[in-house]
Amino acid sequence: MKDALGGLQHVLILGGTSELALATLRELDLRPGARVVLAGRDPEACAAAAPPLPGVAVVTKRWDARDPGSGAALVDEIVAEGQDLDLVLAAAGILGDQEQAEKDATVAVEVLQTNLVGLVAVLLPLASALRDQGHGHVVVFSSVAGLRGRRSNYVYGASKAGLDAFAEGLSAALQGSGVTVTVVRPGFVTGRMTEGMPTPPMSSTPQAVGTAVATAIRRGSEVVYVPPSLKPVFGALRLLPRPLFRKVPG
Amino acid sequence: MTELLAGWGTTAPTVAHVRTPKTAAEVAALLGDNYPRGLLPRGLGRAYGDAAQNAGGLVVRTSALDHIDVDESAATVTVGAGVSLDALLRVALPRGLFVPVTPGTRWVTCGGALACDVHGKNHHVDGSWSRHVSRFGLATPRGMLDDVLPGSPEFAATAGGMGLTGLITDMTMQLIRVPTGAIVVDTERTPDLDACMARMLDNDADYRYSVAWLDCLARGGKAGRGVLTRGNHAEVGDLPAGARRDPLHFAPTTRLTAPRGLPSGLLNRRAVTAFNAAYYHRAPAHATSVESFAGYFYPLDVMSHWNRMYGPRGFLQYQYAVPYGQEDVVHQTLRRLEAAGCPSYLAVFKRFGPQDGLLAFPLEGWTLALDIPAGAPGLARVLDGLDELVADAGGRVYLAKDSRLRPDLLPAMYPRLDEWRAIRDKLDPEATMRSDLSRRLGLA
Repeated sequence: MKDALGGLQHVLILGGTSELALATLRELDLRPGARVVLAGRDPEACAAAAPPLPGVAVVTKRWDARDPGSGAALVDEIVAEGQDLDLVLAAAGILGDQEQAEKDATVAVEVLQTNLVGLVAVLLPLASALRDQGHGHVVVFSSVAGLRGRRSNYVYGASKAGLDAFAEGLSAALQGSGVTVTVVRPGFVTGRMTEGMPTPPMSSTPQAVGTAVATAIRRGSEVVYVPPSLKPVFGALRLLPRPLFRKVPG
Repeated sequence: MTELLAGWGTTAPTVAHVRTPKTAAEVAALLGDNYPRGLLPRGLGRAYGDAAQNAGGLVVRTSALDHIDVDESAATVTVGAGVSLDALLRVALPRGLFVPVTPGTRWVTCGGALACDVHGKNHHVDGSWSRHVSRFGLATPRGMLDDVLPGSPEFAATAGGMGLTGLITDMTMQLIRVPTGAIVVDTERTPDLDACMARMLDNDADYRYSVAWLDCLARGGKAGRGVLTRGNHAEVGDLPAGARRDPLHFAPTTRLTAPRGLPSGLLNRRAVTAFNAAYYHRAPAHATSVESFAGYFYPLDVMSHWNRMYGPRGFLQYQYAVPYGQEDVVHQTLRRLEAAGCPSYLAVFKRFGPQDGLLAFPLEGWTLALDIPAGAPGLARVLDGLDELVADAGGRVYLAKDSRLRPDLLPAMYPRLDEWRAIRDKLDPEATMRSDLSRRLGLA
């Protein structure tokens, strides 16, 4: 159960090696006795990536976003363990290579399966479990890339657009259930996913995302941009006519 | 019908299905059903934390169990679990009867008072609520127990059992006879904590009621200054001439209502520091006055929904008890909160007498209760540290107020926890009775 000061006892990370989720985890200030489940396609890699959290039990579970059946199985397993889930960080995601995807559609399909289909397949049964328990918080890691389709990354953008719309609808569906949904829309984040890419303006770091998400969890915010200045920028970009938007660099 | 339910501190609301049975038979029928997330009674929701919440499960409001049956000659009353102290006093006081124990609000139910085994300003003399209960009815998942008697395991586990042994349907209790509805109050300022403790030890025995308010925001040489108010029920002759004709008049008032949607930060450090200083200096160095019972016992009840003053993030009350000889814990508490910049806006300090019970909170010694805004930065760590001090001192925090204790400290604070669990498991082998508190602390 979440306590009066926002202290959490049981956290699930979907995408257990995600830099953004793990940065968030470090900012949650979990107390001794809390439990964290890192779910990912490679449990050993999840265990290796886990930050040191004194007194916190960290367990790993195999879950592959590319295998939609593994989502329901994961939820069944966690529910059967009997401890309420206070927080879910839905962070599994890959960037994919846009150029390759245009030549080989299976690359694009993998991006969509990982970032969208796999998360939808696990978040639906999770939402149902959280509704039954009468409380909980789901954080969905979207991206500003999902807000407009861009030449440079529209496959990734499409996956995040789908995920973002799903999260908004999920939030609406869970109104009055005691469950909160937060959508996080980072801009360019320097890190493993974007290694070797030139850093555009208004970029952020996993650490900055982690801090912003932890704050949003405490406050129960519905939508979070990182950095916050992206909110007005994308507010304007969303209104920009296509011929003009195509000329915006990036 | 689902509802978002929170405790008085409004901090961690959860959604539950809510039913309001009208009779003990309806209660029994509810208990006979099967709920995957369990069932919990709820009175007026005045527990500060999550004690009266049951996320995803069934919450049974006791408000319709509201019968009051007074036996004037024996000075006893049989009440439904949902009867509030306000409702009981409206009936009892005009007959010259008063509740033997009362917390700081009359907006609690008798069922809740027994389930939390509440104490009042007279614990050093009269003990807690359960000491005055001669029998109660308990609907358990295994059936109805019509007369649970003091001394039985069911009684011991239910008094202070936080609603986890079953649903208390009604109880019979001894009231006290009072000549008037007024209290003769001795008020004195105490310059610091040691002076306050010394005064209490010195002559608390002269008073049925004793409580101190401490100014936690005063710094330096003024730190720990307070106002000690102690009293006894007034005789008719103590009243001003005009009030003697109707000495048992019940006239508490609720003059103010805090509106919804107040912002955080309304109660800020500067405002409360100023208020505390004014309150301290307005109190006489030492004087005796006659006050209404409502003014003395329930000063905060003049404003309904006063918890809204803390804004959307809410607040918590941190209350603990430590044995005599552990006064340093209280000093440390005030110092650490001050050092961390966590303002406590209301601090109430009392003495406890001896206490029986398996999960009872009081223990012979001192008790301190602090109201703190939940948004205070660094509060979680400070309180965790204080919990350890309290546990090491042989003390405990109060479950009726708790909203954030670390579960691993529970067995140290409540050494009879396993005895309680053994009785509870017999009364409720399927663990039907559940609350957010019990989930959070692994209580049951």
